[in-house]
Amino acid sequence: MQTFERMIALKEEGRFREINRLIPYTAFVNIDILDDAAELTTVMRQTESNTGNPNIPAVHGGVVGGLLEHTAILKVLIEGDYTRFPKIVNLSVEYLRPCLATKDTYARGTLFKQGRSVTNVRIEAWQSDETKPVAAAHAHFLVG
Amino acid sequence: MPGKSGNYHTYYELDAIGAMFVEVKQSKALGLSIVYVERGASLLRVPYSDDIVGDPESGIIHGGVVTTLLDSAGGCAVLSLTPTDHTIATLDLRIDYLQPAEKGQDIRGFAECYKRTRNLAFVRGVAYHEDRADPIANFTACFMSRAVGPMPGLEESA
Repeated sequence: MQTFERMIALKEEGRFREINRLIPYTAFVNIDILDDAAELTTVMRQTESNTGNPNIPAVHGGVVGGLLEHTAILKVLIEGDYTRFPKIVNLSVEYLRPCLATKDTYARGTLFKQGRSVTNVRIEAWQSDETKPVAAAHAHFLVG
Repeated sequence: MPGKSGNYHTYYELDAIGAMFVEVKQSKALGLSIVYVERGASLLRVPYSDDIVGDPESGIIHGGVVTTLLDSAGGCAVLSLTPTDHTIATLDLRIDYLQPAEKGQDIRGFAECYKRTRNLAFVRGVAYHEDRADPIANFTACFMSRAVGPMPGLEESA
C-alpha cells in the first residue's frame, strides 16, 4: 500500500500518532501528537540536538518553522477531505518570543479558509503558556 | 555590501561566523556545512539523509530542514554585516516552495543581506541543488539586531 493510502486508512481509525510516525523528520526533531487533546495538538519534546542559539539556549528558528509546517500538514491531512498528500505552497513564520530549548513546545493549527484548490492554515506554537505564543505562522497548501 | 560605517573592522570575522554556525547543535545533527561566508552573503549546504524526509512516498526532505538551512544562511549573511557588540535574532521569514527537491540530493542555501539598518537586516535567498537559477525554494526574512553585547560563540572574534 502507498504511504498516502496507509495514512488515510489510519485516519479513518483515528490512529493519528501512527500517521505522524510515518514521517521520518518527526523522529529527527522529536515531534509527537498529544493523545488527550480535544483538538489536534502536536508536541516537540525537549531535545538537545534541536538547539540553535546555545546561550539562551533556544530551539533553532528553522526547527520551530518545521514544527509549525508539520502541524499544518497534519491538520490538512487529518481534517481535510482530500485525495492526495497536501502540497505546501508557502509558509510565513513570525518569531514572537524565545523558544527555550529546555522546554517542550506545543503547536496547533486552524483551517482558516478551505478553497477548492488552496487551503489556508494558521498555526501557533507555545511552551508553558498557551496565551504567550513563541511563534505563529500561516501556510498555503495545494489540495485540488 | 558594507554597512553605513563602511568600516569592516567593526564587524565579526567571516571565518568565526562560519565556525560558530557549524558548532550549533541542530547544524551538527543535520551535517550542515559552510561553503562560504562573505560580507553580505553566505552559502551553506545540507546533505541528503533518510532521517530528515518529510514525504515518505517521494523521499523529499522535510520543509523544516529547508527552513533551518535558509534561516542559518540568512543569519550568516546578517552577522557578516553586524557590529561586534550586536546580537541578532530572526523576526520573521517566508519560504515559497517553487518545485519539489530531488530525493538523494544535497541542498544548498544561499542568502544575501540586501539592506542593513542599525537595528534591522533584510535578507533574501534561495535553496537549490546544483543551479541557483533553478531554485527549490525562495526565501525572504527580516532580522533584528541589538547592541546587547557580542553573539554567543563569537566573543573572541569581537
